[in-house]
Amino acid sequence: MTTARPPGHEEARPYVRPRDRWWFARRRSLAVFVLRELTSVLVAWTVAYLLLLLGAVADGTTERFAALAARPWMVALNVLALAATAFHAVTFLNLAPKATVVRLDGWRVPAWMIQGGNHTAWLAVSALLAYLVLRSS
Amino acid sequence: MAAETIRLDVARYRPEEDAEPVLQSYEVPLRPDWAVLDGLAHIKDHLDGTLSFRWSCRMGICGSCGMDVDGEPRLTCGTFLAEYGAGPVRIEPLKGFPVIRDLVVDIDGFLAKLSSVRPWLVREGEEPPLTAEYAQTPAQLDAYKQYSMCINCMLCYSACPVYVLDPDFLGPAAIALAQRYNLDSRDMDDRFDVLNLEEAVWGCTFVGDCTRVCPKHVDPAEAIQRYKVTAALRSVLPWSGR
Amino acid sequence: MIDVLIVGGGGAGLRAAIAVAETAPELTVAVVSKVYPMRSHTVSAEGGAAGVIGIDDSLDEHCYDTVSGGDWLCDQDAVEAFVREAPRELIQLEHWGCPWSREPDGRVAVRPFGGMKRLRTWYAADKTGFHLLHTLFQTTLRHPWIRRYDEWYVTSLVVDDGRVHGVVALDLRTGRVEAIPARAVVLATGGCGRVFPFTTNAAIKTGDGMALAYRAGAPLKDMEFVQYHPTGLPFTGILITEAARAEGGWLLNRDGYRYLQDYDLGTPTPTPKLRSMELGPRDRLSQAFVHEQDKGRTIDTPYGPVVHLDLRHLGAAKIDARIPFVRELCRSYQNLDPATDLIPVRPVVHYMMGGVHTDLDGATTIAGLYAAGETACVSINGANRLGSNSLPEILVFGRRAGLAAAAFARSHREGEPPAVRSQGDDERRRLERARDGSSVGSSGGERIADLRERMQHTLEGAAGIYRTGDALAKAVDTLADLCERAGEARVEDTSATFNTELITLLELRAMLDVARTIVACALGREESRGAHQRVDFPARDDDAYLAHSLVHRAPDGTPSVGLMPVTITCWPPGERVYGR
Repeated sequence: MTTARPPGHEEARPYVRPRDRWWFARRRSLAVFVLRELTSVLVAWTVAYLLLLLGAVADGTTERFAALAARPWMVALNVLALAATAFHAVTFLNLAPKATVVRLDGWRVPAWMIQGGNHTAWLAVSALLAYLVLRSS
Repeated sequence: MAAETIRLDVARYRPEEDAEPVLQSYEVPLRPDWAVLDGLAHIKDHLDGTLSFRWSCRMGICGSCGMDVDGEPRLTCGTFLAEYGAGPVRIEPLKGFPVIRDLVVDIDGFLAKLSSVRPWLVREGEEPPLTAEYAQTPAQLDAYKQYSMCINCMLCYSACPVYVLDPDFLGPAAIALAQRYNLDSRDMDDRFDVLNLEEAVWGCTFVGDCTRVCPKHVDPAEAIQRYKVTAALRSVLPWSGR
Repeated sequence: MIDVLIVGGGGAGLRAAIAVAETAPELTVAVVSKVYPMRSHTVSAEGGAAGVIGIDDSLDEHCYDTVSGGDWLCDQDAVEAFVREAPRELIQLEHWGCPWSREPDGRVAVRPFGGMKRLRTWYAADKTGFHLLHTLFQTTLRHPWIRRYDEWYVTSLVVDDGRVHGVVALDLRTGRVEAIPARAVVLATGGCGRVFPFTTNAAIKTGDGMALAYRAGAPLKDMEFVQYHPTGLPFTGILITEAARAEGGWLLNRDGYRYLQDYDLGTPTPTPKLRSMELGPRDRLSQAFVHEQDKGRTIDTPYGPVVHLDLRHLGAAKIDARIPFVRELCRSYQNLDPATDLIPVRPVVHYMMGGVHTDLDGATTIAGLYAAGETACVSINGANRLGSNSLPEILVFGRRAGLAAAAFARSHREGEPPAVRSQGDDERRRLERARDGSSVGSSGGERIADLRERMQHTLEGAAGIYRTGDALAKAVDTLADLCERAGEARVEDTSATFNTELITLLELRAMLDVARTIVACALGREESRGAHQRVDFPARDDDAYLAHSLVHRAPDGTPSVGLMPVTITCWPPGERVYGR
């Protein structure tokens, strides 16, 4: 089925709202969304930082890396990055039920169970890593 | 004693005379069971016959009366004036669509998008005779039912920043309706060619406001994210096509 | 030139369009509708669609229920065709994707319904009309050659020498008035519930198609039969589906008493019994309400007297599974929860049994002009329609009208007669005058809404559930006067773009024409039958009135009513028995 708009119809000009540069500031939900998107930059920084560490280990320059890491601005940056990454991870896991709908014998597993499962798994992996790292020191 | 009233600030756009919409104020009676739509009808019937807006069923099922009420996309038949205290209430056309007149917006773009996702049951082979239905268990019905509840009211498009910034984005309702058929056990298509595109599911940045404003709890955000998983798997795994 | 032009994009119109597109792809077909098709009022139907599928059911039983429900005013050949084709149409909808509710083994589920002796009502929870309309609309999208004129209002039919040649229509968006030539025209514009003040009907249901046919010279039939649905919400008139009673809901008066037992509708049982009590026919239930009101046993509210619909004993789980929309509507629009609260309800105008007189293929008395759905009167509904017969009706007769119109268009290939252009030009001048205010003076004249309100209260007072000759005779004069005043009503809006005020005026004039036929037919029928109850003639009179009312428009604009025989095939007139 297609719309018939016969040619030659002079149409009064519809109004098109100009693009709004501050669209994300108009609604709280959009502001939170943009904030979450911005945390990606710090997540990327965390990855780059880990790569730098790996490079230092490979080159045997860990002392120079440690000195850099101990600088106050670097500590501040990493604390900020940790907070941003945690925020990103928590919201990411909370959104997971939207992409994965689990049905068991016709019964739909509710979102909170999937979210709870995700967080539990995340905590378990973190605990295991912490155990492995702390045991060796 | 004078009856209580509330002020409605209504966007007016008369293309023959206005360069852009302007707000016009009306005082209407404030009654506990009056919806915003009742206020608008009162204006049209008794105060100003030139105000144009769409409405029909006034029971939240025809999808005609979506407008922006105090900055939020709402069905005006189900939004009550009493929610807004002493007022005033600002009523504007749905954001993101060209405004034809006053509160009436152009939704032809959506209808073209809807057609493009093949929103019908795709079957292969000959149609069986009309003597028996296709079997479908209640669980199979439940798998897509939620997405079949879309009333095409356009609130999700209006709430979607991706659509508002890029009108070519296929958008929440059209993708949810594509998924309505994809997940139907009787359907034999997966609509990969029209959904696995930058302007389709991959354009979605998952703000989630479509789901928040949907008056029928369709959850288009979920429909889109699920298709991203489907499309990703199909691209990666050669045997995962249907 | 369009071969088949369909006016109206609801269930009947879209079914007709698909029938043409599928069987005659060489023909051009167009759907002209004053709203986008998915906004049409079919969307509001809730309870279900009747079609015989059970092994314990039979076509004969569905026929009998329909004929007795219609108080023997149905044409029985039409009922037989309808009942025979209904299951096939419902399966067709299933094959197009309609999400019918299911049994655990995957078959389509059926539920009981008012006046039906067997379980034969197919349903999609309690949004059956919504799913049916969207399935049809989305199915039309696979036929790109069906042209759509969205938001065009048809202002007149072009009729020349007893034959239709197209329509003249107003494009809301641009204000342009155009003649659209067509070889055949199908009217599928729905009913006219808006002539009454309190109705379940959407704002768009203003009798446009009935008025178009009537003005063009085609007669309307059985217009006095107006169905009151027994359970509407006060103030809004929002429908609470009959399915609520089919699933076990009770009607209670102010004493908590199931009052229907006092009105020859059977004895109360805890679970629903078919053709009994709350599952009686709509006319009888609405009439019982009036008697309760007279006895002072209804409950007074700011919006008039009500009784209570009690669903509490069903429990939240069953309500959510079978009638979730009822719960949603009560919560959103009445601020109560049917799982724990009583629902206030009262009878509300719901459906027109009458309409444009057609044969079994939807053909009217004007060559090339067809009608289907609530606009038409075939007639299968007689003096009272049974719940869940209207959805299969729009499918069966939508398809039949579409096929017949296609056949007509195929056998009439001549080009467009000059009448089309000249009538289009006349209409354009007339409407532009109305819009510019130059015909009436925009400051003079009365408000459209005031005239509409007068009309609605006149109809409610004279042509409600119970009627008297005196009140009807007065209403004839009042409506004639209102018609004249509507010719000079005030239009403040002079814009060409989306001028809804002009449309409102055109709708009012259509409603007034239709309202006059309702009152004229009701005055002419000096008996009580089905939904037409005359206090001054309380008995059914088969000797004089086992006949359809047929109403023509006289040259001076007044309705002239005659009678036409009813077709009886297998079921001679008898007593309507419920609950015994």
